[in-house]
Amino acid sequence: MLGRLSWDALPSDLITLGAAAGMVGGGLLIVAALTYFKKWKWLWKNWITSLDPKRIGVMYLLVAGIMLLRGGADALMMRLQQVTGAGADGVLGAEMFQQVFSAHGTIMIFFVAMGLMFGLINIILPLQIGARDVAFPFLNSVSFWLFVAGAVLINASLVIGEFSAAGWLAYPPLSGLEYSPGVGVDYWIWSLQIAGMGSLLSGINFTATILKLRAKGMSLMKMPIFVHSVLGSMLLVAFAFPILTATLLLLSLDRTLGMHFFTSDFGGNPMMYVNLIWAWGHPEVYILILPAFGIFSELVATFSRKKLFGYTSMVWALGAISLLSFTVWLHHFFTMGAGANVNAFFGIMTMIIAIPTGVKIFNWLFTMYRGRVRLTVPMLWFIAFVLTFTIGGMTGVLLSIPGVNFQTHNTLFVVAHFHNMIIGGVVFGYFAGLTYWFPKIFGFKLHERLGKAAFWCWIIGYLLAFMPLYVLGLMGAARRMDSYDASLGWQWLFMVAAAGAALIMVGVAFQILQLIVSIRQRKKLRDTTGDPWDGRTLEWSVPSPAPVYNFATLPVISERDPFWEAKQHGDTRQAPAYYQDIHMPKNTGLGIVIASIALVFGFAVIWHIWWLAILAVIGIIACIMVRANDEETEYVIPAAEVARIEEQAREGAA
Amino acid sequence: MSVIRQSEHTEKATFGFWLYLMTDCVLFASLFAVFAVMRNSVWDGPAGVDIFSLPYVWLLTMVLLLSSFTCGLALIAARSNNVRKTLWLLGLTGALGLVFLGLEAYEFAKLIHEGYGWQRSGFLSAFFTLVGMHGLHISAGLIWLTYLMPKIRRKGLISINRKRLLMFSMFWHFLDVIWIFIFTIVYLMGVSPL
Amino acid sequence: MSKQHTHSTSSYVVGLILAILLTNAAFILVGSKMLSGWPLVFALTGLAICQLWVQLRYFLHLGSESRPRWNLMAFAFAAVVICILVFGSLWIMKNLHYNMMPDMNKDIDREIMEKENIYR
Repeated sequence: MLGRLSWDALPSDLITLGAAAGMVGGGLLIVAALTYFKKWKWLWKNWITSLDPKRIGVMYLLVAGIMLLRGGADALMMRLQQVTGAGADGVLGAEMFQQVFSAHGTIMIFFVAMGLMFGLINIILPLQIGARDVAFPFLNSVSFWLFVAGAVLINASLVIGEFSAAGWLAYPPLSGLEYSPGVGVDYWIWSLQIAGMGSLLSGINFTATILKLRAKGMSLMKMPIFVHSVLGSMLLVAFAFPILTATLLLLSLDRTLGMHFFTSDFGGNPMMYVNLIWAWGHPEVYILILPAFGIFSELVATFSRKKLFGYTSMVWALGAISLLSFTVWLHHFFTMGAGANVNAFFGIMTMIIAIPTGVKIFNWLFTMYRGRVRLTVPMLWFIAFVLTFTIGGMTGVLLSIPGVNFQTHNTLFVVAHFHNMIIGGVVFGYFAGLTYWFPKIFGFKLHERLGKAAFWCWIIGYLLAFMPLYVLGLMGAARRMDSYDASLGWQWLFMVAAAGAALIMVGVAFQILQLIVSIRQRKKLRDTTGDPWDGRTLEWSVPSPAPVYNFATLPVISERDPFWEAKQHGDTRQAPAYYQDIHMPKNTGLGIVIASIALVFGFAVIWHIWWLAILAVIGIIACIMVRANDEETEYVIPAAEVARIEEQAREGAA
Repeated sequence: MSVIRQSEHTEKATFGFWLYLMTDCVLFASLFAVFAVMRNSVWDGPAGVDIFSLPYVWLLTMVLLLSSFTCGLALIAARSNNVRKTLWLLGLTGALGLVFLGLEAYEFAKLIHEGYGWQRSGFLSAFFTLVGMHGLHISAGLIWLTYLMPKIRRKGLISINRKRLLMFSMFWHFLDVIWIFIFTIVYLMGVSPL
Repeated sequence: MSKQHTHSTSSYVVGLILAILLTNAAFILVGSKMLSGWPLVFALTGLAICQLWVQLRYFLHLGSESRPRWNLMAFAFAAVVICILVFGSLWIMKNLHYNMMPDMNKDIDREIMEKENIYR
């Protein structure tokens, strides 16, 4: 009846028990608070059922923030294990350590980086292209809730069962049934499959949004660079995520139906898995980094008070990176044994992709050159990014040489390199974007000094945490190693790295503090103008926070940086002659319902509860039909109401 | 909803749906790549030449092609506002789809009965997964059709039903396009050893 | 794709006839054993690509939409990605198979060794 599920699935060791108790307790506390303050209805009406991309974006950011704490806790545990693992078992022990690093990688990529990315895209993209909404608002809600369902599933593995111990990409045959008979890998598969489905739908949604909903006059070459970067990224999502879907499907077929895709006997081929997962995995890296490039392009121009240097080359660089990102995946497995021709080809392609990336760095630096640069917090993140990303880029080019790669493969050198790219590029980019657009999202700025404190902790902590890993890697320290011989003399380097990780967590604490202080001082920090940074693009032309319909009258564009140009001519903020009724999508709870059923489906398949899985499939089909039946999905904001809201905003600004 | 807004909605929706179909192409491409890599991984099981019957596959191909054709005719009938003809042609499309699915299910059942199930070898795993994935899509199309036809019967060819029909026809033609590559790569190349 | 264009019945009839012809050509090619090995593979691939074009053109009306042709461009991008993925995977896997499964390639090795005058 309940498949593999039994009471044994509950945690028994102390650390897991503590984490599980903390999580369940925290959840119960939130439920209790919501009930006590009678906020359930508010939550349901304004947030859970909302189809407003600005609200969905905020929810993405919230989930990503929570998952950052979870992934960060994992990171600290890993550092602790490797400090204490010198000639000893370490605090976690091998088995637990494996689960922790698998969870860390999975969570940070799929639920933190992707969450931050989709959050910012949801909030800013429609505003920047002069649209009121995304192309498919309901689909957007489904995507978000599928993302949450994946996050819930991965956390559920803490309480019920176990998590995968096969690394963040779960290579077979280790992740096959023979070596991982438990539910851990299944949790990994279905958590990613569900969240990945959401990402895929988002990719389609935002591609259609950019191509079909731009304001009149905004030709492709007049789009803000952030929009270009998102277009590149979303095309990659649309064309790379199906490969992930297929690969995960095949692995789960191996595990549940006894197929032989990646098994080591019966003609299976584990190397095919590695090939496929990286055919998705490499574009994924660019999916994450491209929007960060877009963010930096926006804020460098704004804070240097100059138009972006080399707009056209920037667009072509983005396009080139998008396409090239599909042609380099083998560099993740140079050492698997392909011949010299194959390795040389992919090595050279990898080096080529560094060229458009270099173009971008120079464009940003030239934008700053002779600009009136304001060293605000987003700008600090940007400068730190240039430093760290250049280091990461250079070690990346080193790694792209197959001969060097044979030396450094699977060492901490590689770990240091990709954290260089992901933290120094992606995370810094999204933090910069978050600080930059925060007033647009919430109507008040973030506290500047605390932001700077957080920044310094992050950058120093980052350098402390990862520079030693480069050294350790060159000394031969393998990644994912739970203990090592004390006589190697590596321990002090691991201690430095652990101190760095701790300092990063202090930075995170400063960020939380910054948020709290900013909310308390929101009156003082309020942005009354809608344009706190003297911005250039359309999102700054509307009040902060943006009204639900974004634009009272849809803008017509004639040049790049339209808001900047309008300010030069002095014609901003004039009330139009008349307003029109605005159609907006109605709220619906079906998004969360579909995702909840998907969660049940995932859980049922993990534990082999087949009747429940079948019921869930029927449930999802029924939900889709219910939605398709609903022909009245929009409501109207009358012109008079629009006029009233706009009038109020103008008074606030005056 | 005004006529202009409805037509904008249709354009957006069909474009989004087309993008989805392209992503589905990549999904199938991954499975094709796996099949191509595994076509000789027969272990001690049968190879394609031992289990495929070309006349049978030819029949399957013709049935699906015809159903794609009748689906296109249904779209034209809908354009000339002929509800009865539209429904009749859609019914035929669905019936042919059902025949196709039945024939495929029979082929699968026969193979499994003979002991050539997907557990036998990497090649058979890849075969069942690729062809089965196509069959799964056909089943989804049939479910869609059983939803769509009563809608058209009840409310006629109103604009939202036209949008639904247009999207269904895209889906159905797309599945026939995938089948071209299945019969070529899986079956025809499968019986010709390399 | 776009509804402004009226696609007549004849478009579908032409498509059907061409598709039937191409399908039958492929089946006859294999059934008659006229070709084998790589030439057969190339011929079959050619026929499949022709039929792909026929069905896209006459059934899905790709390319007849109004400009800008996003549908066509999306298809082109997908086609590029698919080619990279499929041919890249085949190339990589063939290489890996050769290098990592030496037992299965003894014949090829022997041949090379004889050609290059290498003796163990």
